Amino acid sequence: MNYGIVSQEQLEQIDTILSDKLISLGVDCVIIIDMAGNIITAKDNGESKYDVYSFAALAAGNFATVDAMAKLVGEQEFSLLFHKGQDSNIHFSKIDEELLLISMFGKGISLGFLRLNVVDVIEKIRKVWAKK
Amino acid sequence: MSFINLKEKVVQVKIVYYGPGRCGKTTNLEYINKTYRKQIVSEMVSLKTHGDRTLFFDFLPFDMGKIKGYDIKIQLYTVPGQVKYNATRKLVLRGVDGIVFVADAMEKQREKNIRSLNQLHENLQSYKESIFNIPLVMQYNKVDLKEHGIPILPTEVLQKDLNSRLKVPYFEASAITGYNVAETLKKIISSTVVSIQKKLL
Ligand SMILES: Nc1nc2c(ncn2[C@@H]2O[C@H](COP(=O)(O)OP(=O)(O)OP(=O)(O)O)[C@@H](O)[C@H]2O)c(=O)[nH]1
Ligand SMILES: [Mg+2]
Repeated sequence: MNYGIVSQEQLEQIDTILSDKLISLGVDCVIIIDMAGNIITAKDNGESKYDVYSFAALAAGNFATVDAMAKLVGEQEFSLLFHKGQDSNIHFSKIDEELLLISMFGKGISLGFLRLNVVDVIEKIRKVWAKK
Repeated sequence: MSFINLKEKVVQVKIVYYGPGRCGKTTNLEYINKTYRKQIVSEMVSLKTHGDRTLFFDFLPFDMGKIKGYDIKIQLYTVPGQVKYNATRKLVLRGVDGIVFVADAMEKQREKNIRSLNQLHENLQSYKESIFNIPLVMQYNKVDLKEHGIPILPTEVLQKDLNSRLKVPYFEASAITGYNVAETLKKIISSTVVSIQKKLL
């Protein structure tokens, strides 16, 4: 089995991207996980208190389930995975075959605005990741 | 795939309890959850049906403390054992680092154990992983039933059925009383950590 190891430098770069591009816009919490449910990194605005480990396990399961359903109906993938609540929302985005970016945000941000920024962030993260 | 964070010095290790329906996978995690409160940072997550059967997985994060300066976080999962749930079983196996195969020692479950182990073999192959290479521990569960006059497979029979080629460590156990639950867990954690260390060198 291949082992996921990221350097301190890469992680710091990724954390900076997440802080600058998402947390500073008002996103409550951003987590990067792998498809096995491991946490790569988690950033929040200092106020939210999520149990990130359980969250990562559930999120990986949720994403994998939706992905398997897509394949069953003959889709490559469902490109938008989004859960909307009263006060908070969760948005999933695939970085690559192994990694997922999950953003949790409240009423202050629109989905469209979030998606635009997530696209930008993913592009930047892919560049950092490619340097492995 | 275990995930190693060099910045915060954390290693996340995924261990999956696998086995046929009602063999006692969830009961293993429940026992660990109530016995090791201090090492468990958050609530056990159980995705189950109304009848208490596992629908997707149980999840229990378990803190091992430090090995060589690295914080070892063990993530324990169970799969749903019912035959119809193989698609979800496969999803849970993604990125697995170590497996406990829980066999049901009741005589009438003999065939089901063998079928479940064969399917584990196939499921691992679909991830290009081999049952002969991955850290694995056998647990022959429900041995307490013998005292209640319920026919139990002798360990030699279970060994011959399930472990004659794999030759991995095995334990007789009773998840409900806790007999050998911790021993099983310790064994799979140490085998898995050793195997990760080897691959890192
Ligand atoms: N006597 C006895 N009963 C057990 C033991 N372990 C589990 N059971 C019982 O067996 C039943 C099924 O146990 P579970 O732990 O839910 O089984 P499971 O493997 O998680 O089942 P699925 O989720 O359907 O795959 C429950 O009624 C348990 O109380 C044991 O060691 N001895
Ligand atoms: Mg169960």
